[in-house]
Amino acid sequence: MTAVAPDEQSLVATPEFERSNERNKRRSGLLMALPAYVYLVLFFALPLIIVVVYSFATRTRSGGTALSGWNLDSYQKLGEPIVRDILFRSLLLALITTFICLVIAYPFSYYLSTRSPMVRNIMLVFVMIPFWSNFLVRNYAWRVLLGNNGPITRLTEGVGWEESSILFTPTAVVLGLVYGFLPFMILPMYAALERMDWSLIEASRDLGATGVQTFRNITLPLSRPGVIAGSILVFIPSLGAYVTPQILGGAKTTLLGSYIVTQFLTARNWPVGASVSTVLMVVMLGATLMYFRSGGKTL
Amino acid sequence: MSTTKQLRGGAKWALSVNAVLVYVFFYAPIALLVMYSFSNDNLVGRWGGFTLDWYRAFGENQEVQNALSVSLKVALFSTLISVILGTTAALALERYRFRGNRFFDALLYLPVIIPDVTMAVMMLLFFTQLFNFLDAVFGIRFAKGLATVTLSHIAFSISFVSIVVRARLAGMNETLEEAARDLYASRWKAFRYVTLPLITPGVVGGALLALTISLDDVVITQFVAGPGSTTLPVYVFGLIRRGVSPLINAVSVVMLAASILLVLLSLLAQRARGGTTA
Repeated sequence: MTAVAPDEQSLVATPEFERSNERNKRRSGLLMALPAYVYLVLFFALPLIIVVVYSFATRTRSGGTALSGWNLDSYQKLGEPIVRDILFRSLLLALITTFICLVIAYPFSYYLSTRSPMVRNIMLVFVMIPFWSNFLVRNYAWRVLLGNNGPITRLTEGVGWEESSILFTPTAVVLGLVYGFLPFMILPMYAALERMDWSLIEASRDLGATGVQTFRNITLPLSRPGVIAGSILVFIPSLGAYVTPQILGGAKTTLLGSYIVTQFLTARNWPVGASVSTVLMVVMLGATLMYFRSGGKTL
Repeated sequence: MSTTKQLRGGAKWALSVNAVLVYVFFYAPIALLVMYSFSNDNLVGRWGGFTLDWYRAFGENQEVQNALSVSLKVALFSTLISVILGTTAALALERYRFRGNRFFDALLYLPVIIPDVTMAVMMLLFFTQLFNFLDAVFGIRFAKGLATVTLSHIAFSISFVSIVVRARLAGMNETLEEAARDLYASRWKAFRYVTLPLITPGVVGGALLALTISLDDVVITQFVAGPGSTTLPVYVFGLIRRGVSPLINAVSVVMLAASILLVLLSLLAQRARGGTTA
């Protein structure tokens, strides 16, 4: 090294030095963030704004979109019976999915957080695998299991249940969604329970509270952030689900996700597709804000 | 462990049974799918003796091979870019305060929670609009293809990389970097010889995760892919919608095995102690 960097000449903490150092830090922070910042503004924030803009545009007769004559027509379409049914159905299935995940995941996460650290880590890895591994294939597995020649169908037929196949019904869709998103409920819930101060439970029991009382007054309130985070993480993707209803659902189980895709790829009504997407984004943002307001820190 | 976490009698029994059932639920369908992919029966979901025919068909099917090579190209390239962008973003957010850092933080989270379909729509409209603009202003015509798929994958991968690297940085002792600076290491040297080796496990873990997510994505890719840029999941999704087949079983198992392997490696990397220069 021949030259010494200017900010290294004086290491005495004078006020000016502190201030210029602070300024330098701010500048290099921004400089470092800049590439990703620019990328996300260009390829994420801008596209997001374009979707909102499109939702106020008009569909031309040829199936194109005219970016003029702004109106609320595409939002009015959401009130039509067909779309309203799809909206309600999506909402209902997403709520049922979230509820089932909650019921399964809570006792599971509780059990997990009572294990020794080593056992816990191993158990956790086997929850992480389905969390990250191929979603499409995991849905496809159920298609095979529930299919005409599949083992489950043969089993139920063997028992004498005719026409019992649930494939292409809402039940199959909920099953697929629960299968797909259960890890999204378990992980934040476990994180909350693991952080909990377990001596409070001991204290509560020592003071004569029953198991049920302890659970209701101590465990449940303390694990609330996990319950909320998990519910949001399951509810949002369920509401926008597309792959699962396509693989496991039938004609009568069109959900929001499939409806949006149809508007873009087949019906060619982009403003309507954009308006439904906008609604979905608003719900998502609302849920996320609610979560952070309720004291959640990380998802 | 303290005694407080011990469960009693009936509760313990019920909770263990529930845990076992959860794992059966997670893994039985996958196990059965793997089993049927080796089944010598044209009907999917029936056992007809062991065979490797479907995997041979997978290797010989030109369309599958093309899709696979597109997938790999997109995954490798988008991972490379998103690792650089995601890591610098993580460093900036964990180690510096700058104007707009709160907004940037939120912007980094959104791609993780936004539903696939919504993001797919966003990218489709964006590229359509961009291409119209470029055509009108410069008279250059672009079409959807490898580039649009890769650019979209980078857009969601940055967030995942930065989350993993940030977790690493948050658990790291900042005093080491300060010590290096106090000992007259330049900013770059402190980064190169102290920070980088320490965050390497996070960077590798994030990279493997980005690879996994890129290789698995269906919905977004489907919206922004052009004629020659069908990835393997998009191709398989198209096949599935026409019905099940033993070939899909085999391709699915390969995709699943790849993603599980990458996830395990990623988890392993994230747990590594670090300190060795990669």
